[in-house]
Amino acid sequence: MILAKVVGNIVSDRKIEDYKSLKMLILQPIDPDGNPTGKTTLAVDNVQAGIGDTVLMMDEGGSARMLMEEPEIFTIRAVVAGVVDSITRDVD
Amino acid sequence: MKLGRVIGRVVSTQKLEVLQGIKLLLVQPLNEHKKPIGDALVAMDPVQAGEGDLVFYESSKEAAQAFTTWFQPGDVAIFGIVDDVNVEESETKG
Repeated sequence: MILAKVVGNIVSDRKIEDYKSLKMLILQPIDPDGNPTGKTTLAVDNVQAGIGDTVLMMDEGGSARMLMEEPEIFTIRAVVAGVVDSITRDVD
Repeated sequence: MKLGRVIGRVVSTQKLEVLQGIKLLLVQPLNEHKKPIGDALVAMDPVQAGEGDLVFYESSKEAAQAFTTWFQPGDVAIFGIVDDVNVEESETKG
């Protein structure tokens, strides 16, 4: 999983049937200190995260689908798996 | 998934049987501010997108499941047409 910050969402009316009831977020990957790293990406929201939240994103289809209520939506690859409350670094 | 914009079409007459009837579009990947990033891709289109449309797509094996057929061989597929992109400006740096 990666750490990411929710920076936005997208709205889509015309889309494949699999995604009809899914909420999609724009995520900015971050390092443990909260600094952005790399390009933004989209993921299905499974935890009702909101803009500004730090989240865990699972980007492996097989596992990500297991997190969904309906695990047989085979077009799902990236899912927000949790909202992060805190990150503690023991070693700098 | 990624954001992208349809910037053209790809027509191929002589192609493998499994790709017959599959509409192919040129998609330019975009960042959250709709600025182009990286190189354009050829994507299969199950949603009847048109030139200039903002879309979201997947470029992995999950793309092969985007059609109503059980498995459509392919590595990039458009999943939907994007109506709105909402970005909290203060949350992004560059």
